[in-house]
Amino acid sequence: MHVEVRHLDKHFGDFHAVKDVSFEIEKGKLIGLLGPSGGGKTSILRMLAGLEQPDQGDILFHGERVNRLSPQDRGIGFVFQSYALFRHMTVFDNIAFGLKIKKLAKAQIRERVMELVELTGLKGFEKRLPHQLSGGQRQRVAFARALAPSPQLLLLDEPFAAIDAKIRQELRSWLRELIDEVGITSIFVTHDQEEAIEVADEIMIINQGKLEQKGTPWDLYKEPNTPFVASFIGQSTLVEHAAALKGFEEESGGGSTQALIRPEYIEIGPESEFALLSATAGGVVKHLHFRGSEWLVEVEVGGQSLTTFRSLEKENLEVGQEIRVLVHRAYLFNEERSWIAENPLKRDPFSVII
Amino acid sequence: MNLVWDNLPFLFKGAYYTLLVTIVSMFFGLIIGLVVAIARLKGNRLIRGIARVYVSIIRGTPLLVQIFIVYYGLVDYGLTLGPLTAAYVALSVNVGAYLSETFRGAIQSIPKGQTEAAYATGMTGWQTMRRIILPQAARVAIAPMGNTFIGMLKETALVSAITVTELLRSAQLLVAQYYVNMPFYIGIAIMYWVMSTVFSAILNAAEKRLSKVY
Repeated sequence: MHVEVRHLDKHFGDFHAVKDVSFEIEKGKLIGLLGPSGGGKTSILRMLAGLEQPDQGDILFHGERVNRLSPQDRGIGFVFQSYALFRHMTVFDNIAFGLKIKKLAKAQIRERVMELVELTGLKGFEKRLPHQLSGGQRQRVAFARALAPSPQLLLLDEPFAAIDAKIRQELRSWLRELIDEVGITSIFVTHDQEEAIEVADEIMIINQGKLEQKGTPWDLYKEPNTPFVASFIGQSTLVEHAAALKGFEEESGGGSTQALIRPEYIEIGPESEFALLSATAGGVVKHLHFRGSEWLVEVEVGGQSLTTFRSLEKENLEVGQEIRVLVHRAYLFNEERSWIAENPLKRDPFSVII
Repeated sequence: MNLVWDNLPFLFKGAYYTLLVTIVSMFFGLIIGLVVAIARLKGNRLIRGIARVYVSIIRGTPLLVQIFIVYYGLVDYGLTLGPLTAAYVALSVNVGAYLSETFRGAIQSIPKGQTEAAYATGMTGWQTMRRIILPQAARVAIAPMGNTFIGMLKETALVSAITVTELLRSAQLLVAQYYVNMPFYIGIAIMYWVMSTVFSAILNAAEKRLSKVY
């Protein structure tokens, strides 16, 4: 299903939950709605489902306006954060319910339910009641129930929020495979960036009711449109005065410009590791955290604290050690604009083109 | 106590009418209660208002007064009901008001997500109420409904005031015949207690069985 949203707006009393949100979703894509809690993600999802009415704006499925359509007429499947399984029904009956409502033949219902039971790995659990299942199993039943009537759009509200970390990891991969197999347009809400990056084809970053940016995880990481996106996707350190960074004195154009610096933008080490010392600044190692495959290093440079990674292959550093720090690039922003700037000092003035 | 033994068949007949009035009134009370509960939750402002006033009046006035209004009061408007019919009407209307509050609470206790999940699965409002909400609400309501039923069993004694020969009225007739009070009143007290205990046990078993579902 092709989904389009135009100028969606929603208030809850005085609270402006969704502010003029517009986007398009191509058929068959898996989209992550990512943002902090209370940002309006679930409100958008519920409006798409028809469980909430927008104050303004249009929702279009296949170019048809569906604002006035009830949830049962929208052809959607919804997976709730709390699963919302029908507690008085078995796994089989939960999955079959949407099909019974459509008055399908018993044989057809059975065939479809067993197909979904197989697909979701619930074989052998058909006669169990929800309270007899684990969190992960309940979640799978919720997926199966949502998929049973063959909806054109699958909506998932924080589908892994109530599940412990290990099973959550397994379910993520499973969901990605399942949706690829079924080929259904899907939108899921999450506040976990790792989850969104791992599962989604595209991510929409929602903050304080606004759509900050939409794009692939890599696009958002590489070219964030706003400081919020830059800080929300991936790790980064905020530097209040970009001019304090070696090489960015001119680029930042004054005191009001701030910088976000990702760990991979920074290179650290003893003097011997740098060919171009003039581009580096002196720093001190404040903390070292062993991360299994690398070191996470916190460095203090000119009163600023920066975080970066260091390979295990390189010479070990020690807390308190004086080192050199090279900031390759920074995400700069002020009131007027935001941009990614390369460190101009990196250009070797004596380089010769042969 | 021999007098009680000798007149046991007569007292059993009274007990039969007690049970009959209780069961019939409870049956119609359940229907009234359910309709009123849904009216209070889903109706428009007028319907909600009517339902609220009905519950308020019934809960705010004594049952005996309600029985007299139905049996004696309606005669003024040309509607004469037999004692048993009047008992059914008065008790059904009374218990319906109490049960409506039980059902309303039970329906409201079902998480909103259940309704939304039903809508998302393709159900209409009425299908959702009938197939998702009410079956779950019934489990919540079973205990208070049981209490209402046992309360009703004892309150049927009030219909003796309009000459329905239920258990209390049977005892009163025997007292008038033999001029002894205590044996007959103790006898019917034991019979009320036995009936209450038996129904309590049945309801507890039903409640246990249903609560296993979650």
